[in-house]
Amino acid sequence: MKGKAVVKTGAMIALWAVVALFLLFPFYYAVVSSLREGSAIFEASLWPGDPTFDNYRAVMTDQPFAKNIFNSLIVAFSVVVLSLGLATFASYAFGRAKFKGRRLLLYTILGVSMFPQVAVLSGLFEIVRWFGLYNNLFSLVFSYMIFTLPFTVWVLTSFMRDLPVEIEEAAIMDGASSWTIVTRVFLPLLAPALVTTGLLAFIAAWNEFLFALSFTLTNEQRTVPVAIALITGASQYELPWGNIMAASVIVTVPLIVLVMFFQKKLVAGLTAGAVKG
Amino acid sequence: MKKRSAIDAARARSAWLFIAPMLIVLALVAAWPLLRTIWFSMTNATLVDLTTYDFIWFDNFIVHAEGRWYGIFTDPQWLRALWNTLVFAAVSVSLELVLGVIVALIVNAALPGRGLMRAAMLVPWAIPTVVSAKIWQWMLNDQFGVVNAMLAGAGFIDGPVAWLGGSSLAMVSIIMVDVWKTTPFVALLVLAALQTLPKEIYEAAKVDGIHPVKVFFKVTLPLIRPALVVAVIFRLLDAMRMFDLVYVMTGSSEETMTLSVFARQALVSFQDVGYGSAASTGLFLIIALITVIYIMTLNPLGKEKAA
Repeated sequence: MKGKAVVKTGAMIALWAVVALFLLFPFYYAVVSSLREGSAIFEASLWPGDPTFDNYRAVMTDQPFAKNIFNSLIVAFSVVVLSLGLATFASYAFGRAKFKGRRLLLYTILGVSMFPQVAVLSGLFEIVRWFGLYNNLFSLVFSYMIFTLPFTVWVLTSFMRDLPVEIEEAAIMDGASSWTIVTRVFLPLLAPALVTTGLLAFIAAWNEFLFALSFTLTNEQRTVPVAIALITGASQYELPWGNIMAASVIVTVPLIVLVMFFQKKLVAGLTAGAVKG
Repeated sequence: MKKRSAIDAARARSAWLFIAPMLIVLALVAAWPLLRTIWFSMTNATLVDLTTYDFIWFDNFIVHAEGRWYGIFTDPQWLRALWNTLVFAAVSVSLELVLGVIVALIVNAALPGRGLMRAAMLVPWAIPTVVSAKIWQWMLNDQFGVVNAMLAGAGFIDGPVAWLGGSSLAMVSIIMVDVWKTTPFVALLVLAALQTLPKEIYEAAKVDGIHPVKVFFKVTLPLIRPALVVAVIFRLLDAMRMFDLVYVMTGSSEETMTLSVFARQALVSFQDVGYGSAASTGLFLIIALITVIYIMTLNPLGKEKAA
């Protein structure tokens, strides 16, 4: 009996190892490639061999990649602050108040999250031009609201709904205004949910490609995904793979660190919609 | 009773005030642009000048002129893109569902280090799609790619395979990358559902000596079905609007072009806002249909009473 259990555990560990290998190998290989230089990169070896950081140096000096990272950070942080701010107040109303049209509105917002981004592209182009925001990072902060607002509103609403009613009632009895209730009573209680949704919004904004590709023109205004997609070599067939892999590793490492630290919170946020319904 | 209604009234008064800013932003960023896209789809506007155009009704969609049919619905490239999108969505979502359940069952085992395993599962999801596309493009490179090197080393292939060259293999490769990137996400959803299941059922099944495979099909699968349905809907909608992976890995090659890639190409590369908007509107209608069916049949607000 005991022997059988050991075999079973062993088989499970082996299966886990296989799954982990599949999940992590591409990133591992990107790291290996980024550390190889010149002709060594073309040997398709699984080990770095003689590691060098030349690709990293090249990617930071040959092009405004530091500026691209800075752009991505500005955009992602602004998106997080703006969407959490707007969504917190909205979710207070959706989660705590009963009013006509609440259900229809929530469904409409859910519908927006399912929009194909390309369906608003020409309309957004027009707005971005009206506001004079073409080739400006604010066009991205603005347009990213289309995918961050719906899920921040939905997730925060479900958290808001689960908070105890008594706290709020006590505050109302004490004569506190709705504004005070949201900012002083609910905000601290919502902190964990805000961290989760904020992280998800940050990652979504950091990774976005279609709008960033369409609303920026010059290399100085590009965000990281666009910059990486458009790294070119001497010709179309001579892509500088070492540089591309170095850039890929640079932008992925912070995300992996975030994922490691906030694994539980991220999973909770991702699955909130699916499991709770 | 009186106290309760006073509070409700106070809440209802401020509710709209709190929702308004969010609604205004959503209207500006979603509703208005969508209406403009639908409007543009019935014009011959170009990107150079969005202010002067003629209204041409449904000519961008379908029109018979000088003995020939024009418009996206008769455009072989659009129809090809529609086919590609449907194939991509159907195959990748099915694979992700099956593999996602298998991976979730494997990871659900109570072993030390499960937290680490879950973190590993988040990695492909967290890597920006553009970066995944580039890494796989490099790994699948026909001359220097590690995939060909490993396959050749193991004796599976004789010469280099052009994974992303212009053949049906390109679609296979793109589906493969999407499956790699998204299966863990599906698995995490399934895992969360698995962990809400009562342990007693499994202990009872074990005592009764029922085969684990039977337990899976008779007990586990029916219980996690709601979570699976949600996962499928979300994945399906995501797959239908697929853009970045295809755009980065194979550009606008006809073998893999999706509806989103087609629409953006018409809109930005060819500057034809009318035609591009018609293509986007077509995609929007398809996705809207799926969304409406989802909301009508599944009612994600659940048993919560109507307000």
